[in-house]
Amino acid sequence: MTVVESASGAPDTPIITATGVVKTFGGLRAVDVDKVEIRRNKITALIGPNGAGKTTFFNLLTGFDQVDSGTITLDGNDITGTPPHKLAEKGMVRTFQLTKALAKLSTIENMKLGALDQLGEKFWAALIPGAWTKQEREIEARADAILKRFNLTHMRDEFAGTMSGGQRKLLEMARALMTDPRVVMLDEPMAGVNPALAQSLLELIKMLPGEGRTVIFVEHNMDVVQEISDWVIVMAEGRIIAEGTPAEIKSNKAVVDAYLGAHHGEDLSKVELS
Amino acid sequence: MDWGFIIERTFSAMIGPEVMIYALAAVGLNVHFGYTGLMNFGQVGFMAAGAYGVGVTVFWLDWSFWIGLVFVFVYAAVLALLLGIPTLRLRADYLGLVTIAASETIRLLARSRVMKPVTGGVEGIDKFAEPFYNLSPFELGKFYSFGPFKYLGRDVWVLMVGWTLLILVTLMVQQLMRSPWGRTLRAIREDEDAARALGKNAYYFKMQSLMLGGMIGALAGLIQVIQKSSVQADTFNPVITFTIWTILIIGGPGRVWSPIIGSSIYWSLIVFVENTLRQLPAGARDTLRDTVELSDFNIGMLRFMLVGGGLLLLARFRPQGIFGSREEMALDRR
Repeated sequence: MTVVESASGAPDTPIITATGVVKTFGGLRAVDVDKVEIRRNKITALIGPNGAGKTTFFNLLTGFDQVDSGTITLDGNDITGTPPHKLAEKGMVRTFQLTKALAKLSTIENMKLGALDQLGEKFWAALIPGAWTKQEREIEARADAILKRFNLTHMRDEFAGTMSGGQRKLLEMARALMTDPRVVMLDEPMAGVNPALAQSLLELIKMLPGEGRTVIFVEHNMDVVQEISDWVIVMAEGRIIAEGTPAEIKSNKAVVDAYLGAHHGEDLSKVELS
Repeated sequence: MDWGFIIERTFSAMIGPEVMIYALAAVGLNVHFGYTGLMNFGQVGFMAAGAYGVGVTVFWLDWSFWIGLVFVFVYAAVLALLLGIPTLRLRADYLGLVTIAASETIRLLARSRVMKPVTGGVEGIDKFAEPFYNLSPFELGKFYSFGPFKYLGRDVWVLMVGWTLLILVTLMVQQLMRSPWGRTLRAIREDEDAARALGKNAYYFKMQSLMLGGMIGALAGLIQVIQKSSVQADTFNPVITFTIWTILIIGGPGRVWSPIIGSSIYWSLIVFVENTLRQLPAGARDTLRDTVELSDFNIGMLRFMLVGGGLLLLARFRPQGIFGSREEMALDRR
């Protein structure tokens, strides 16, 4: 994999900022964020109870939902209201809480779909095989390399629909990497993944910052958050109630009292939050 | 019973004009539904666009038939844009609603008195296809036999041109669906949001698919009116759309050759059942007349009922269609 040079900005500047972002559904203020900065080439965890607005905030950042007010920037450029496919071209890719493996496409087809700027995706070029076969071979080689890294080579020619839930999570992340992103946004990457696979998935996520990629992920499992994140943002009722290093969050009395309660440190997905 | 006659009719139907025309329309629908997941319930509207593309050009504008051929595709593209712009950003159902309404609107508008100077109203348009038949190397009024197949010379000419176009269009669709363009369409069919997250402008691809499939449908409409030598608004009714759907489902959506095989099976069944019923021995015919009141007038209806029964059996025992794969279908349920 090649290391992506960021187009602008020193290593210390935030790659994503969200300022005054508000999203309401009817009377519900789903997201109400004053200011968030996501640090470049770090792993940032977004945690909070169910209904805290994490996924909505994710959707706003990735263009799948539109803000009522506020501004979102990527590398200093305003990206508020930019549609998802344009954001992918700008280097921002996401995965979904409910995995979106394309069931009736083979694993390798799923992977190849992820490559950007494909000549063969133009209608007239698609009619002429010679116009895109060379690029297709390059894309396929890149896809095979990533599949190998994700330990999915044995599924290469199977329909993605035949994969287990955990394998689909792996495939979705592998496919996202095919866009060669600067920002990888993972919505609950560990949900439904068995412990054996989870460990390799964690290792794969930890490698991303070294390749010049920023990771933002939503997660319920506090052990995972403690293990891989550089920074933790805590949301509740649409607002950001705390942020800091995993250690700080662990000992943040406000967070513990107001939100983690007596179950602090345990697996949040197993905690009944009222 | 004259089995020779029944077999000749059935064989002739197997690759006859209906098979070719409906297969072509189904190729278009296959691009829409089979590959992109677009619910187009108004494919007949695109056929009408093609038919009037040439009809209106000759009848109203008094231009040449050959210029009309250009309008076949222009009308289809414009119709696709009109249908697609408001609906393709919305859920799949909305396109379904709009297409069925639009196809009926086209039919009712074309037959209305106001439009009579343009479309010929209920009388329709005829005498526009001479330039096509003038090129025929076959004698138009003479019967030609090839083994069990027997057609009028004019139909042989239509079939020759039509099947050539059908095969070429099918090969084009095959090439497209093997390309990254086709892969993106299939991805959109499976999950539009996943495709968008990976940098694909789903709206744009769906529009291209709607236009391509619509233009193929328009080509089918063009050949249909050439074969009939007349453009009649009422031939473009919703039943045609659902026949095209039936054909696609018999063959199996999302498979390149299924429109042709589906159409061939559908029409040879219809013709076989009808001719067999008409050729029944006197005793059997009398029994059917006395018990289920089957007469020469309602045989036409009975054949559709029997085909409907056949479809039920297909849905029960081979829901994926002739070419579809059961494993692939099972993936939907996971």
